[in-house]
Amino acid sequence: MPDLVFKGKAIKLGDNISTDDIIPGRFAHLRSNLPELAKHVLEDAVPGFTSKVRDMSLRAEGKAILVAGKNLGLGSSREHAPVVIKMSGVGAILAKSAARIFFRNAINQGLPVLLCDTDNIGDGDELEINLSGGKIADLTSGITLSCSKMPPIMSAILEEGGLIPYIQKHRDFKI
Amino acid sequence: MSVGKTLAEKILSLKSHGEAEAGDVVIADVDLTFVQDTTGSLTIRQFKEGGFEALAKPQQTIIFLDHAAPSPARQLSNDHILLRRFAEETGCGIYEVGDGICHQLVAENFANPGEVIVGADSHTVTAGALGAFATGMGSSDVAVALALGKTWFRVPESFLIDLNGVFPRGVYAKDLILYLIGQIGADGATYKALEFGGDALAQITMPQRLTIANMAVEAGAKVGLFPGDKIAQDFLTEHGRGDNYQPLYPDAEANYEQVISVNLGELEPMLSLPHAVDNVRPVAQLKGVKIQQAFIGTCTNGRLEDLAIAAEILKGRKTHPGTRLLIAPSSRQVLIRAIEKGYVQSLIKAEAIILPPGCSACLGLHQGVLGDGEVCLSTANRNFKGRMGNPEAMIYLASPATAAASAIKGEITDPREISTKY
Ligand code: SF4
Repeated sequence: MPDLVFKGKAIKLGDNISTDDIIPGRFAHLRSNLPELAKHVLEDAVPGFTSKVRDMSLRAEGKAILVAGKNLGLGSSREHAPVVIKMSGVGAILAKSAARIFFRNAINQGLPVLLCDTDNIGDGDELEINLSGGKIADLTSGITLSCSKMPPIMSAILEEGGLIPYIQKHRDFKI
Repeated sequence: MSVGKTLAEKILSLKSHGEAEAGDVVIADVDLTFVQDTTGSLTIRQFKEGGFEALAKPQQTIIFLDHAAPSPARQLSNDHILLRRFAEETGCGIYEVGDGICHQLVAENFANPGEVIVGADSHTVTAGALGAFATGMGSSDVAVALALGKTWFRVPESFLIDLNGVFPRGVYAKDLILYLIGQIGADGATYKALEFGGDALAQITMPQRLTIANMAVEAGAKVGLFPGDKIAQDFLTEHGRGDNYQPLYPDAEANYEQVISVNLGELEPMLSLPHAVDNVRPVAQLKGVKIQQAFIGTCTNGRLEDLAIAAEILKGRKTHPGTRLLIAPSSRQVLIRAIEKGYVQSLIKAEAIILPPGCSACLGLHQGVLGDGEVCLSTANRNFKGRMGNPEAMIYLASPATAAASAIKGEITDPREISTKY
């Protein structure tokens, strides 16, 4: 189960970050080698992304929190996209809106995606995320944001740490 | 509760054995589950991690080796081995390198009106052309669908796309769907169903419907649905599964979140500009932009009818010396028919390069990776930065007619200037 309340630092992204931005198709040969694939996450869209996240964890600044604009994760169904984001050390994703498959994939990987108005969060802001309450406090600017609710089945999957652990436990969908 | 049902509500009611209304969460039986070779290995790993060994429905499970076909790299070849072994162990179906693109093969061989289809590929929506609630999912969801034979859905609200009029010369299904995506935006239909209706439907052929449904996901939609009408029935009959036909129409009183009306007669050739599919303009405004590569193929526009249009335009002409024209038929069946009908001969004589059936240059891992600063005009569905293997390249999306005409002139060209017939 992911931590329900945790602190972290914002890494801002723009609108329409596609799954090709997160993991370009040219790295398809690395898809069975996830640690290697994770080295290329967001490589073209956010130069230096992986070292930024690594530095944050080295300096014990809490988890990196990806803060995106609208339509995050549009494009392909590659679940490798949230997998490598999570592997790189990102603790949660905030976005104004997220593409359907990416959103579902991230939750299935136990990676929280919260939908809220991210405009007023600045790059590098310190954030406190309260998953169960769906609230985000921007400790740098002092603003508080509420997130839109996800269907109960998704919260249940997230609470179990992802779809596979959920199914291992229940052997079926429970709605 | 609304009095009538949309197509999405009808299919999900049927498959969840209840009354499904937009906004409900339902568990639905899945009729066909598939993976392809770039999402399949993760799906199998998730399936095994879940502690599963047997497939719920081996006869209704397919693996497609189409994205890296033939494989350009050792790791991808090893993924193919893993997938072949899984097919042997579980008894599911497998389509080999050279058979064609998953979505084309699903349309040719499997999809029927009223079914639920899930694939580990976002363009699974293509089968919506046949009236199937077909949608792309990630590896974990597909792994669980493989194991349980069912999945959960939030029943989407629907947009009715009301089509009227007839396509003018030089304007095709691709121009319509690009126009619509430009109107709706890349996230305008997120979580929604696009449902196509209107008087024009009776003359929108199955290949055109497949092109349109294929790109529903480019507006964020969960599905792009056509009714199970006479055109669907004829297609099934032609493909030897007429018995699987069942009529499927939305109720007259169905509730739509939005209605978007389009008069086909007012459309013109359109294209998407780099690097966003919803960055749409008329071809006429981009005339003269030099292109180094043109690509006709993919699950959007690699069908026989697409090759026919390209062959007709290119017959007796040659591609521009500064422009490579790559052509990848979407299935072996398409390639065979294109040879029989003489299209391949016309295309090769025009100096086009025929690639094996499969995804080919579409996703940037082989067969036509672009160089720095190069411009490609492609009939695919995505032009994201880096899509064709190089973030320093530019991709425009258009119809096969626009691609063929542009390959002849070496620059973006309105097909109506080149061909009087098409
Ligand atoms: S042709 Fe392109 S869009 Fe279609 S399935 Fe293959 S890679 Fe995906």
